[in-house]
Amino acid sequence: MAEQRLSGYRRPDGRAGIRNHVVILPVDDLSNAVCENVARAVPGTLALPHHYGRLQYGEDLDLTFRTLIGNGANPNVAAVVVVCIEPNWAQKVADGIAKTGKPVEAYSIERFGDLKTLAAASRTAQQFLQDAGEIQRQPIERGELTISIKCGESDTTTGLGSCPTVSQVVDSHVNDGGTVIFGETTELTGGEHLIAERCASQEVKKAFQRMYDGYIEEVERSKADLFGSQPTQGNIRGGLSTIDEKALGNIAKTGTVPVVDALEPAVTPTRRGLNFMDSSSAAAEYITLMGAAGAVLHLFPTGQGNIVGNPVVPVIKLTANPLTARTMSEHIDLDVSGLLWRQFTLRQAGKRLLELVDRTINGRLTCAETLGHREFVITKLYRSA
Amino acid sequence: MKKSKPRVEEPMSTVIRAPDGAPDFLVHNEGDHVAVSVQDVAPGRRRVVHMDSDRELELEVSEAIPLGHKVALEDMAAAGEVIEYKVRVGLTKKAIRKGELVHVHNMRSARWQNSA
Repeated sequence: MAEQRLSGYRRPDGRAGIRNHVVILPVDDLSNAVCENVARAVPGTLALPHHYGRLQYGEDLDLTFRTLIGNGANPNVAAVVVVCIEPNWAQKVADGIAKTGKPVEAYSIERFGDLKTLAAASRTAQQFLQDAGEIQRQPIERGELTISIKCGESDTTTGLGSCPTVSQVVDSHVNDGGTVIFGETTELTGGEHLIAERCASQEVKKAFQRMYDGYIEEVERSKADLFGSQPTQGNIRGGLSTIDEKALGNIAKTGTVPVVDALEPAVTPTRRGLNFMDSSSAAAEYITLMGAAGAVLHLFPTGQGNIVGNPVVPVIKLTANPLTARTMSEHIDLDVSGLLWRQFTLRQAGKRLLELVDRTINGRLTCAETLGHREFVITKLYRSA
Repeated sequence: MKKSKPRVEEPMSTVIRAPDGAPDFLVHNEGDHVAVSVQDVAPGRRRVVHMDSDRELELEVSEAIPLGHKVALEDMAAAGEVIEYKVRVGLTKKAIRKGELVHVHNMRSARWQNSA
């Protein structure tokens, strides 16, 4: 591959982003309307509406705070306007994001109403957007970035082609000193021993096993038949017969490098290398957790054609399914279906993906970005009080 | 009054035929019980390629295997393990003959007992 000069946005905390968003962040569902109206009043800013933030408690509340603060702190974000129904949690989220040194302002709606809040928040958003426009791209190294991986609407072609292609990039990125996050806890079922064997220490292995066992216990407690949910109807239509078979295809994208840590959801990795995160396999929830953990780019192999995108983290989609590549081409950034027909090698496919990663770092918009896919979904651990 | 059903158009051609020279099936690893079709395969004598060893073989396929679905490379007894990726990926629900389609009608998860 020709060495490509990479550029990104250097943030005050030293981390590098590949996008330069001004985010309008609601702390709760009630504040979505103001945030979306700010984004309308100041086009070019990015509202992140979601459904939660009220009467949550305990671990579930902690996860929501980590998710909101983490996404605001993400290096792809230049500045954040936080809006909440009341001032305390607005300030809590803003303070969490402000630790990165980036500009943040908090607004609350009670005792002002939507319209006054909208006016004040919009003025700040306007200022932030103008300031963000003056941040220049600077040279960065790929190895300083955190990349996340997860496949969706998998079928047998993901295990044959698109996941092994991602695997090539995972190994290459980790060898360059980079960080990669994978997860999808239940979707390791049948191959979890393969991940346990790759854990870099007993401590990591124990943490991984505890997270895996905990998630499975939760699923089993429901006594539900997951057939049709996990594997999904799309998985089955694509030829996958069992969760066990799906897991092996999933694991095929994690490379060969050791697993250096097992993280709770929405926690930022502290160790470079391949990190496991305890997470749902639902695409939008998952990538939202990755954004919170500081991932600036996501690699998404799909079989039947999951179309997910994320507002903060650009999602590169690849498929080895020739039918999906043909019928859903506007969603597919890289077609590696030639792997199935042995038209090129896995190494060549990996090289193409790495080239695309570099172009995306440098500003090429992904299919999901151009189509406006901005799924931002908070993982809910249990119902609110 | 009868409501008309919304029409769902089939998007373009959905039949996948690989170019000449491409295999009909790929096998992940030597020793696997199943191969995965890489195009829509009709019954007949078909070409199977192992991804790990490049070894090729011919298989008499007894039923249509759609793109991405699995075919049995050997006879399998009922309630036996199905090996793919060198790992157990499920159990047979009934005996499966070499050349038959392997999917949810004749195999199940070995792990999730509640799974059909």
